[in-house]
Amino acid sequence: MDVRSQISMVFHLDKCIGCHTCSIACKNIWTDRKGTEYMWWNNVETKPGTGYPTKWEDQSKYKGGWELKDGALRLRSTSKSKIVFNIFHSPSMPSMDDYYEPWTYDYGELFNAPEGGDQPTAKPISMVTGKYLEIEAGPNWDDDLGGSRIYAANDPNLEGMNEEQKAQLSAVERLVMFYFPRICNHCLNPSCVAACPSGSLYKRGEDGIVLNDQKRCRAWRACIAACPYKKMFYNWQTGKSEKCILCYPRLETGQAPACFHSCVGRIRYLGVLLYDAERIEEVAKRPDEELIEAHRSIVLDPFDPAVLSQAAANGIHDSVIEAAQKSPVYKFVKQWKLALPPHIEFRTLPMLFYVPPMSPVMAQKHGDVISHTSDDLFHDIDQARIPMQYLAKLFGAGHEAKVRYALRKQKAVRIYRRWLTVGDIDEATADRMLREADTTRDEAEAIYRLTSLCPFEDRFVIPPMYREEAIEMMQDPLEAKQTTGFGFMEGPARGL
Amino acid sequence: MTSLANYLDTVLFSVFPYVAMVLFLVGTIHRYRNETFTYSSLSSQLLENKQHFWAVVPFHYGIITVLTGHAVAFLVPRQLLLFNSRPLRLYILEVSALIFGVTTLVALFALIARRFTDPRVRVVTSKADWILYAMLVTLVFSGVYVAVFYRWGSAWFAASASPYLWSLLKLSPNIAIISAMPLAVKLHIVNAWLVIAFFPFTRLVHILVVPNQYLFRKRQVVRWYRRPQLSRS
Repeated sequence: MDVRSQISMVFHLDKCIGCHTCSIACKNIWTDRKGTEYMWWNNVETKPGTGYPTKWEDQSKYKGGWELKDGALRLRSTSKSKIVFNIFHSPSMPSMDDYYEPWTYDYGELFNAPEGGDQPTAKPISMVTGKYLEIEAGPNWDDDLGGSRIYAANDPNLEGMNEEQKAQLSAVERLVMFYFPRICNHCLNPSCVAACPSGSLYKRGEDGIVLNDQKRCRAWRACIAACPYKKMFYNWQTGKSEKCILCYPRLETGQAPACFHSCVGRIRYLGVLLYDAERIEEVAKRPDEELIEAHRSIVLDPFDPAVLSQAAANGIHDSVIEAAQKSPVYKFVKQWKLALPPHIEFRTLPMLFYVPPMSPVMAQKHGDVISHTSDDLFHDIDQARIPMQYLAKLFGAGHEAKVRYALRKQKAVRIYRRWLTVGDIDEATADRMLREADTTRDEAEAIYRLTSLCPFEDRFVIPPMYREEAIEMMQDPLEAKQTTGFGFMEGPARGL
Repeated sequence: MTSLANYLDTVLFSVFPYVAMVLFLVGTIHRYRNETFTYSSLSSQLLENKQHFWAVVPFHYGIITVLTGHAVAFLVPRQLLLFNSRPLRLYILEVSALIFGVTTLVALFALIARRFTDPRVRVVTSKADWILYAMLVTLVFSGVYVAVFYRWGSAWFAASASPYLWSLLKLSPNIAIISAMPLAVKLHIVNAWLVIAFFPFTRLVHILVVPNQYLFRKRQVVRWYRRPQLSRS
């Protein structure tokens, strides 16, 4: 057992209102520089939809992630032998048109336009070329199902559904959507790192954050195709790849990442998970249907004495263990089994988990009466407007059982609370539902509290990172004494 | 031969090469140590993905093969001459070298056309890029010209250019043979030294950081701060 700690995340999709506040918080801090305008390290997608970059989930197009071939894990996009030939041109890399060409507006026109019969308009200008631009697409062009005949209809997750099911998704008065906010998953088996020819991408040992060493990146671009979530971005100005850094400068000072901090719906949870690094490869090789359970099993119990002694031997600080014991992520992922990894079939073992969303039930019309009830208390889980099959594609590697379990438990918690607060459901029904959903009153209460009444300190349990001590071990703190500033700093200037 | 021409030959072929080599060494090392961030291939594939393939790939295959040919003739001239002693082998070598040379030239024009025509790629094209393109066009064009009009270069390179280059390395430049060469050959050689001199100030530095270590390393990379002695992936 090789115990390591990882800052992990849960996004509670049932609470996401799709306001994009997270995206804006991130953009304002990190990607408002030249060359990064098109990047959205955090973006919010409407599902069903094709997402950003367009159809990122379609790995027949982008060749992201790992595949299992003859019992071995292989990157879909590259390998030690392929890179020799593909280093000049990365064959499956998306181009800017697959994202969008970023633009601003010629606001001066509003003031300088000569007097005339029409209102002056601010024409869009490309932020790459500075020329006028005909806008054809943007990063959230399909927001709230806009243009769904082009976008939602081409969602890769609809694959395998019949025409009737697809038609139902977009039928008037039945159509449905939910939001899918995405950042880098800071995976346990990151394909971007494994693909990087320069060795500039790395996972931090102490907290599992995946970063790109800007000084070692040489723009070979292998990471961009290799990441199945398309969360590696190429800065066309500096000639370096960039990615979500989980706001590590904020984490190191005890603050939640900007997207977490600003989340209006309070959908985001952040905490430590302890995991067994020895088992990563074995887990990533399991067949699709076993992946979720295996991924959960790699997460270790922070109360188990065997785990604790091994963690101490590995140099994990007591304060990190304490944070792991209080971790909201541990509760959602391991104890309650409510949160599921996105597209685990890409086999990168993402450490960002999603609580699948509930959706309105499909109404049944009996004569003139529209009815929403049936004898089966959980009927609306399988008759919900979002087909279970669709959610299973996203969060279950195509298998419905784990998704159904998470939704049934959420439903049971709702009914239990309804019995307590509204009172139109009897106690016996509430208890029966809790039992059938494999939960208890105590657990339901805890789920309810962490879901609905969660202040900052419950949602974000950030361990002290002791970076200053860590750095002191590597460098003499007196090294830069009496020099200007703190040693040598170099601006990110583009080469000639 | 006039004394001016003599003087010019000395400057271009026995002085300038050393200037170029010193510039190359000092420039690349200084840039690597002090401006590490600027070491990048500065790819523009994100901005334009289609022409990129048809220009970049043939250019690199072409120029790498041609440069390898030059290196072989420089390093093992005797063996090359021996190889060329059968006419058939000489023809095959020369024809394939010419094919790769012409491929490089055509692809180089495709690269320039791409830079000119695509507005996005033009934004990321620097002055150094244009100067470099001018040098490369002269270099590759003069090379192809020499290959076509002064036949069996693979034979006479080993017998003339190779001793010249070795004499430079041994710090006793012997430019007698070079001085007698046709103008196109001289142009090619001067241009080669020019590219080497200009190398540290261009995107060419990416050649020095080709990621050969990828072929040998473990797949995952983990960096530790707190326990460097335990670092492993």
